[in-house]
Amino acid sequence: MNDIIIKNITRIIIPFAQMYGIFIILNGHISPGGGFAGGAIIGTTLILYTLVFGREKGKKKFSHKMSEISESGGIMLFVIIGMIGMITAGAFLSNLSGGFPQGQLGEILSGGFIPILMIGIGIKVTSTMISLFNLLIDEEKL
Amino acid sequence: MVYINVFIIIFLIICALAIGKIKDLIGAVVLFSAYSLVMSILWLLLNSPDVAITEAAIGAGVTSILFFAVISKTKRYEK
Repeated sequence: MNDIIIKNITRIIIPFAQMYGIFIILNGHISPGGGFAGGAIIGTTLILYTLVFGREKGKKKFSHKMSEISESGGIMLFVIIGMIGMITAGAFLSNLSGGFPQGQLGEILSGGFIPILMIGIGIKVTSTMISLFNLLIDEEKL
Repeated sequence: MVYINVFIIIFLIICALAIGKIKDLIGAVVLFSAYSLVMSILWLLLNSPDVAITEAAIGAGVTSILFFAVISKTKRYEK
């Protein structure tokens, strides 16, 4: 797509949309939203970038290798945090009984490990969205 | 408030029937996107903003783009 209006509007919109997605992920445990919704929003901005600037530039921003690493890393973060609870308290994903700090109610750093889990889910969903779209685009025409 | 909900649900039913009837597949995807957007407003009115955010991001955003990508690989009109 070679339209200057669409390119400039995209360049302006993408930082705001990504900031909104990060806000939803980080506030997942004290307000509506969470890892899935915020990750979907960030993934949509990456899809928009690939649509407007072409597959080659999109590959430079978010390559297949990076998608592999972040997709496995997000879920590994979840499992490792769960395993820490398993070691300290005896059950998978034990939160406060596993020794995680509770914090003040209503602040970002509260609720034990829930913010860390939200970040892991957000990374996973973001890379899943962009790799779904890239797989569909890369396939040759039937 | 109840009348707004009834109006939205009637709109959703008409939208869903139109998606089944229409022959132009790009038109069907646009109708589906409108369906998702109005559905997210309905979720917000039913006091579940969490589902509303997810519906607006997934239903109206990602799903439409994926459907467009699939249509670009095949034909636009249904036989």
